[in-house]
Amino acid sequence: MEFLGLYNYWVFAVLLMIGFYVVIARPNMIKKLLGLSIFQAAVFLLYITMDKVEGGTAPIIQKGVEDAIYSNPLPQVLILTAIVVGISTTALGLALVVRIYEAYGTIEEDETQQRDLEQ
Amino acid sequence: MSLTAQLPALQVVVPLLTAPLLVLLRGPVLAWAGATAASLTSFAIAIALAGAVLSGNAIHYEMGGWQAPFGISLDIDALGAVVLLLITGASSLALVSGRDSLARDIDPGRLHLFYAAWLVAVAGLSGIAVTGDAFNVFVFMEISSLASYVLIAAGPDRRALTATFKYLIMGTIGATFYLIGVGLVYMMTGTLNFADMELRVADVTDQLPILVAAGFITVGLALKAAVFPLHLWLPNAYTYAPHIVTAFLAACSTKVAIYVLLRFDFFVFQGNLDAHAVQFAMFLAPLALLGILVGSAVATVESNLKRLLAFSSVAQIGYILLGASFASEAGLTASVVHMFNHALAKGGMFLAVAAIAMRVSGVGLTDIAGVGRRMPWTTAGLVIAGASLVGIPGTAGFVSKWLLLQAAFEQGALGIAAVVVVVLSSLAAVVYVWRIVEQAYFGEPQAEAVTSGEAPWPLLAGVWIAAIANVYFGVSPGLPVGLGESAAAELLRHMP
Repeated sequence: MEFLGLYNYWVFAVLLMIGFYVVIARPNMIKKLLGLSIFQAAVFLLYITMDKVEGGTAPIIQKGVEDAIYSNPLPQVLILTAIVVGISTTALGLALVVRIYEAYGTIEEDETQQRDLEQ
Repeated sequence: MSLTAQLPALQVVVPLLTAPLLVLLRGPVLAWAGATAASLTSFAIAIALAGAVLSGNAIHYEMGGWQAPFGISLDIDALGAVVLLLITGASSLALVSGRDSLARDIDPGRLHLFYAAWLVAVAGLSGIAVTGDAFNVFVFMEISSLASYVLIAAGPDRRALTATFKYLIMGTIGATFYLIGVGLVYMMTGTLNFADMELRVADVTDQLPILVAAGFITVGLALKAAVFPLHLWLPNAYTYAPHIVTAFLAACSTKVAIYVLLRFDFFVFQGNLDAHAVQFAMFLAPLALLGILVGSAVATVESNLKRLLAFSSVAQIGYILLGASFASEAGLTASVVHMFNHALAKGGMFLAVAAIAMRVSGVGLTDIAGVGRRMPWTTAGLVIAGASLVGIPGTAGFVSKWLLLQAAFEQGALGIAAVVVVVLSSLAAVVYVWRIVEQAYFGEPQAEAVTSGEAPWPLLAGVWIAAIANVYFGVSPGLPVGLGESAAAELLRHMP
């Protein structure tokens, strides 16, 4: 039961490690950025999971409803900000990859190093 | 409400709002003037705030009038004041003196965008130093990092691009680690405000998520601060960035991450977690010592001037952390004073490198052969800042190294080991600074040596302001030491 209760946190940990592994193991820069996005998405899941209140509904105050239980809205707001930050980072990263491709003619990290050495 | 009461908010708002204006202004000269004016205004605000903090009033400001644990508060203490002075001072000096150098490195059609990114970086870095909210720190950290990536990628060499990419990947991982840590702390305490967190963590100290959070936050910020062995992004980023950008970032960006690290570890965790002081010291002291040794050793054999100085930075970050890892009043004072003095010395040296690069073909050690004879004033500035980096008595670097050694002697066996390492590394610093001096004064210039003559006067003036500051704060170190002592007292208020 405890294992199932922590299901979301397990998914968080697994996603985090998948993303991290891709960043470390792949020389392709686009794949690195993909890994980085997965890595960040895992953290979004962590925040969204922690705001869940048992039996809680969306935190919108309605007329005539007095005793509703609401989920905590703050982590959702925080993670909205973090998502924006993540998008900006990915966009900047992709722009850099375009420039790297123009300058080196490749987006493999090991090949760019090779070309710098040959120079 | 008077305007002075709003200074903490203006510290961030002025550069942040000037940045989009620069994009509209377009002209490179106008953009430079706007950026410099905004940066100097921020510097003036930082001086006013530091004055208020020195006279004993820590500053507390509630954003939009919302009360502290619910709204976002801005809190500036002595440590924050030091960091603010470094950020705005380095930015102002670099902008005032660096126009010619930047105009050479960057396409004139894009200069206004470059200056806008510069101001966004200043706003982000200052934001980290003023805010009292843990999540806010993350947002400002990413604002400043994204802007720094743009600044570094503007370097003329194509290797600037790959260096930036590496920095982007590692920086984002560091920031995300910090975000995980803040999330876990929020999960256990329900607050993001540093002051509130400090009180509430006490109720949940033995819970596992808090320990995990401490780990994530420390490692994440260590990555941002380029603590050895997480420094891999730093040498290339400093080497291939435009020279003026290197001078600015080397003076303040890693110190801001160390500032957050100290604040989190000492305010939130230190007083509340069992044996945190010991774990903190056991984790950071070995890394600091190794960083000092490896950074200094690599710097002695490196042949690119900027890369040499970058590796020296890795060693200097080790000094700052070493002082902090003693977790004693003397150690933290030394650490804060060294942040200040290292910014002066390294900022000055990188500015001098920028000045020399205006007149020679590259920044390899062989390229600068003989510049001591062709540009005596610039080179003299470089040598003074270099003396401060080594820690020659009479310069700022000596003051903080002396404080650090005193703090180390209080520590027993570990302290003696630290003293040995610091002395070894200072000898290494003598070697690598001497290699620069030797090439500059005694090296034979290559046949096709380019135009002689001094660097443009604003750049020369900038180098000399930095050099004079190094001597001034070496002879009368009242300001940094005063701020350092009150910062240390504040950081240690929870220690048993």
